[in-house]
Amino acid sequence: MIAQYVADGVVSGALVGLGAIGLTLTYAVLGFANFAQGEFLTWGAYFALALLSGTGLGHAAALPPFAFGWPLLLVLPAAVALTGGLAVALDHVLFRPLRRRAGPMGLVIASFGASLALANLVVLLFGPKPRYFSRAIAFAIPVAPGVRLTADRMLVVALALLAMAALHLLLTRSRLGLAMRASAENPALAAVYGVDAEGVRRASWWIGGGMSALAGVLLGQTEQIQPLMGADLLLSLFAAAILGGIGSAGGAFVGGLVVGLAEALSVPLLGAAYRPAAAFLVLFAVLMLRPTGLFGERP
Amino acid sequence: MIAHFASYATFFLTLALADGIACLGLNLQWGWTGLFNAGVAGFYAIGAYATALLTAPAQPGLLGGGGLPFWVGWLGAAVLSAAVALAIGRPVLRLRADFLAIVTFGFAVSVQLVALNATALTGGAFGRSFLPHPFASAPATLALVAGLALLAWVGLERLVASPWGRALRAVREDEGAAAALGKNPAALRLQSFVLGAALIGLAGAIRAQFIGFVAPEDFLPVLTFRIWVMLIVGGAGNFTGALAGAVVVSALWSGSGAALTALLPPAWQVRGAAVQVVAIGVGIALLLLFRPRGLVAERVRVSRHLPPPPGSGPRRERGGDGDGRRHPRSGG
Repeated sequence: MIAQYVADGVVSGALVGLGAIGLTLTYAVLGFANFAQGEFLTWGAYFALALLSGTGLGHAAALPPFAFGWPLLLVLPAAVALTGGLAVALDHVLFRPLRRRAGPMGLVIASFGASLALANLVVLLFGPKPRYFSRAIAFAIPVAPGVRLTADRMLVVALALLAMAALHLLLTRSRLGLAMRASAENPALAAVYGVDAEGVRRASWWIGGGMSALAGVLLGQTEQIQPLMGADLLLSLFAAAILGGIGSAGGAFVGGLVVGLAEALSVPLLGAAYRPAAAFLVLFAVLMLRPTGLFGERP
Repeated sequence: MIAHFASYATFFLTLALADGIACLGLNLQWGWTGLFNAGVAGFYAIGAYATALLTAPAQPGLLGGGGLPFWVGWLGAAVLSAAVALAIGRPVLRLRADFLAIVTFGFAVSVQLVALNATALTGGAFGRSFLPHPFASAPATLALVAGLALLAWVGLERLVASPWGRALRAVREDEGAAAALGKNPAALRLQSFVLGAALIGLAGAIRAQFIGFVAPEDFLPVLTFRIWVMLIVGGAGNFTGALAGAVVVSALWSGSGAALTALLPPAWQVRGAAVQVVAIGVGIALLLLFRPRGLVAERVRVSRHLPPPPGSGPRRERGGDGDGRRHPRSGG
């Protein structure tokens, strides 16, 4: 019984971890908490949905053992790219001009407004009702004693690990990755050494938006697509980013797994209704033990 | 027509001034102390449910239902909200500003979850109803709420003009310097947070009492955003601005809502509400970009014996101890 909760926690934790990467990167590089991060998940899922119905590919038969057809895999990269572009565009019209005129708290309030505006724009364009990529039913397969998972949910974990491995290579093996890590650690010092600050910011938004879109599409496939799907995850994302240490992409992913496990294991203790509060309790506990975050020292 | 308008104006002003009281509380926390409270909706909800528990008549299957007079409910709302702020404020106020925002946001989400799920206490998704009206006549209620808003406004203006208010601003601007001068930043922040929360709780109680009904969907993050928009529009750091912002934003909010209701066909009403929030989100972004200090900027005054320094921002409040001389800043 507990093993099933652990397995569910790993699946939802992998999604939280992917979503939290953008939060931790933009937090470290730009110095503010982006309350609109959850909407990148939402928009990623809806971009994929719009592409599927726009191209008429939404009715393709499912690929056993999965409950979705090949078109979803086809539109996934496009949704990732579009959401990355949305994040860069949002930075361009809102956050970049505000950086010069308002303090970091002005940016936080603006992101709060952007979050509500983006979520409601989805309601406006797609309506408030939940949507689904496919109507196919996913069957759970026994994978270990007492653990049953659908093929879709196993794919979630596999794709999340793959994306993390790719991001790890990018951050550790490329010049851009070096510049990003340097900027996350000390933006002023990195700028002194000639790191292209604007390029690093743009890359943070691309990566953060793209990873969130991947999480959003996978969440949409395994649960449902609805306008508040990202906003409902925001606290979990914050908890993961702070738990993993602001600025650390790998930390955010591990933090996401911890938060996912805590949420899943809270269900037998507190009941499913209070599941979202588990992320808050993790966040609260971490901040009470380390008021600057687990690895954070920056003021 | 005129009677109709007058009755709507009474209704509108009562709710706008209730939000104005919350906005005054938030202004004390953010405008004067720099505490980023992103959990306004949580304190608002606590106030609303507190008065529902105290004043609504007993109902089978629900706890509370004291049937007490409305003013007991309002007092209880302010006290309970302050007590919760005291309990959570001690640990969380030492967090840096953006972490405080995240934690208070999470607090409000958790309060909303309790409101939705603790059915015996809150009535669950259906909420609690039959809250008695303060007075039979709406204008009398408006007069009472306006009186309370006036009292809060004057009281806060006097409070921040006192040495306590100056110490608050000192903590906001430079905590180290304030501590070096013998102020206790932690205690000052906690006092400001608790007092602000009491006002927000009172506002929630007034609104709930006036509408006669409390439900969890009234306390979503968009409520926090609404009060923040009022403060930004009015100008953080200025209590007159906070009240003015509350009335202006309430007018825009309900005006745009009424316009959309009138213009859109019924099938599009849900989407109409979405348009409204999108418009307000974009509007606040534009305001932050082009008029970041709001309609009424913070008055920069060190002491009433000193003329305000020309064109100075909030960061220039140094020197001056009331004797008419400006002391040059030493060091730094």
